Amino acid sequence: MNIVPQRGSRIFLALVPFVLIALLYAAGSAERRAENPDDKLLPPVAEMAQTARRLAAEPDRRTGDLLLWTDTAASLQRLAIGLSVATVAGLCFGLAIGLVPTVGATFGTLIAVLSMVPPMAVLPILFIVFGLGELSKVVLIVFGVTPFLIRDLALAVTSLPREQMVKAQSLGASTWQVAIRVVLPQIMPRLIEALRLSLGPAFLFLISAEAIASDVGLGYRIFLMRRYLAMDVILPYVAWITLLAFIIDYALSALARRGFPWAYVEERR
Amino acid sequence: MSAISLRDVWVEYGDQIVLERINLEIASGSFLSVVGPSGAGKSTFLRLILGQERPTRGAIMLDGAPLPPEPGPDRGVVFQRYSVFPHLTVLGNVLVGFEFAASKFLARLIGAARREAIAKSEALLEAVGLAVHRDKYPSALSGGMQQRLAIAQALARAPRVLLLDEPFGALDPGTRAQMHALITPLWKQHRMTVIMVTHDIKEAFGLATRLVALDRWRRDPQAPGRFGAAVTYDLDLTRETPVPVLRFSNPVNANGSASRQHGGAA
Repeated sequence: MNIVPQRGSRIFLALVPFVLIALLYAAGSAERRAENPDDKLLPPVAEMAQTARRLAAEPDRRTGDLLLWTDTAASLQRLAIGLSVATVAGLCFGLAIGLVPTVGATFGTLIAVLSMVPPMAVLPILFIVFGLGELSKVVLIVFGVTPFLIRDLALAVTSLPREQMVKAQSLGASTWQVAIRVVLPQIMPRLIEALRLSLGPAFLFLISAEAIASDVGLGYRIFLMRRYLAMDVILPYVAWITLLAFIIDYALSALARRGFPWAYVEERR
Repeated sequence: MSAISLRDVWVEYGDQIVLERINLEIASGSFLSVVGPSGAGKSTFLRLILGQERPTRGAIMLDGAPLPPEPGPDRGVVFQRYSVFPHLTVLGNVLVGFEFAASKFLARLIGAARREAIAKSEALLEAVGLAVHRDKYPSALSGGMQQRLAIAQALARAPRVLLLDEPFGALDPGTRAQMHALITPLWKQHRMTVIMVTHDIKEAFGLATRLVALDRWRRDPQAPGRFGAAVTYDLDLTRETPVPVLRFSNPVNANGSASRQHGGAA
C-alpha cells in the first residue's frame, strides 16, 4: 500500500501482463501448428502481420479498395456523427433539465424511461424506419448514448453548489447567463468524462449494427470473416478497434486536462 | 444604501414555524449583525432578504417597494463557502459581474468595454489586496483570500445591500482579524447597508452598528416546531458606551421572561 512505483518501473509493470499474454499466445499458436499445419484458430503472429499488411496496403481484388482504411473510415464516420449528435443533445437537455426545474419536471421522467429501453431492441425499428443505410447506424448510437449523457449531465448540474447560482443571480445574471457562464463551463469536464465512458457502448452499437446490415465497416468485416474462420483477419481487426478506442479515450482525457485545468487541481496534488 | 423593513414576517415549513413576528426597520447605511444559536433561523432570515425564500406571511420592503422575490444585483451576497466560481480566475470572478450587466446574450465583453471592466475589476481586487493574484484560480488561494475575492466580486455590481452569511466562520483568528479590518472601510466607502449573520459574538459587537439576536422565545418539548424564532434582543451599538449590553433600550419582549432566558446564550 505504501510502496509507490516510480515512473520507469510503472511503465515496466504495465507492460508485463501484455508481454505475458503475447508469450502465451505465441506458445499456444506454435503448439497447435505443430499438431495440425492447417489450424485456423490461433494463427501465428507472422501470418497475422502479413494479412494485416495485405489489408492495409494492397487493393482488394474485387473492389480495388484498401480494405482496412475504407472500413476504418466508414466506421469512424458513423461513430463521429453519432457521438457528436449525442453530445450536443446530451449537453443541451442535460443542462436545461438540471438547471430549470420546469424543464426537469417536463422531461426528467421521459428521459428516465427512455434510458431503460434497450437500444438493441429498437434496432429493427430503426432499420425499418431509416432503412439499412448510414442513418440507422448513426441513430442507434445516438439512441444508445444520449439518455445516459443527459442523465449524467443533469446530475452534474444539480450537484453544483446552490450558492453559486444565487451568487450569479445576485451579480445580475439571467437564467441564460447562468447557464452559459456558470453551469456550462463547469460541466464540460464531466461531459468529456461521460463521453469517455460512452465510448464502449458506442462501439458496441456500431459493430452490432454493422454486423447485421452493412457493406463496409470494421464490424461488417469481422462478421464477414467469421464465416471463413479467418482468425488472421479478425484478430488484427479486434486489436485495431481496441487501439482506436484507446486513442480516442486518451485524446479526450488529454483534451479535458488541457482545456479545463481548474477541474483537475485536486488530482495533481 | 437602502432601507429594509420587515413587517410581521413569518416563515413556516409545513407545520414547523421557523421565524415568527419579525418586525424590523433596518436603516439605510447601517451595519446589522444577526446572532443566535444554530437552528434559530439566521440563515433563513438572510435568504428572505436575498429573495431566495419568500415569507409565508408578512411583507419585506426595500426602500419602500416590495422586495423582488428572487436574487438580484441590488443585493450582493458572500456565503461561507462556494461563493466564488472555481472555473474562473481571480480577475475573471470579478469581471463576470460586469459582463453579466453589459452583455445580455453572450455575457462576454470585448475591446474597449472589456478593458474598462478589467480596470474596474482590478481596482476592486486592489482594494481587497488580491491584485497580484489576478491570474490564479480560486483553488490556489487560501480560505481568507477566497473570501476576500468573494467580497470584491460582490462589490462589482455596486449593491445597495450586502448580505454576509457567516463570511469569516471558516477562517483562522488571525485571518479573521484581517477581514474585520477590511470590511469596515469597504462598507463606509461603498455606502452599503450590510447585514451579517455570524456565530462570533465578538465579531458581531465589534463591526456592527446594530445587533439583533434571533432565538425561539418558547420551547414546547411535545411540539418542537410549534414556536419559531423571534427577535429577542435588538441593540443599538452606535452609542459610545463601554458595555452596550447593559444599555439595551428595547429588549423585544415577546412573552415576558421567556425571551430573556435564551437570548443571552446566543
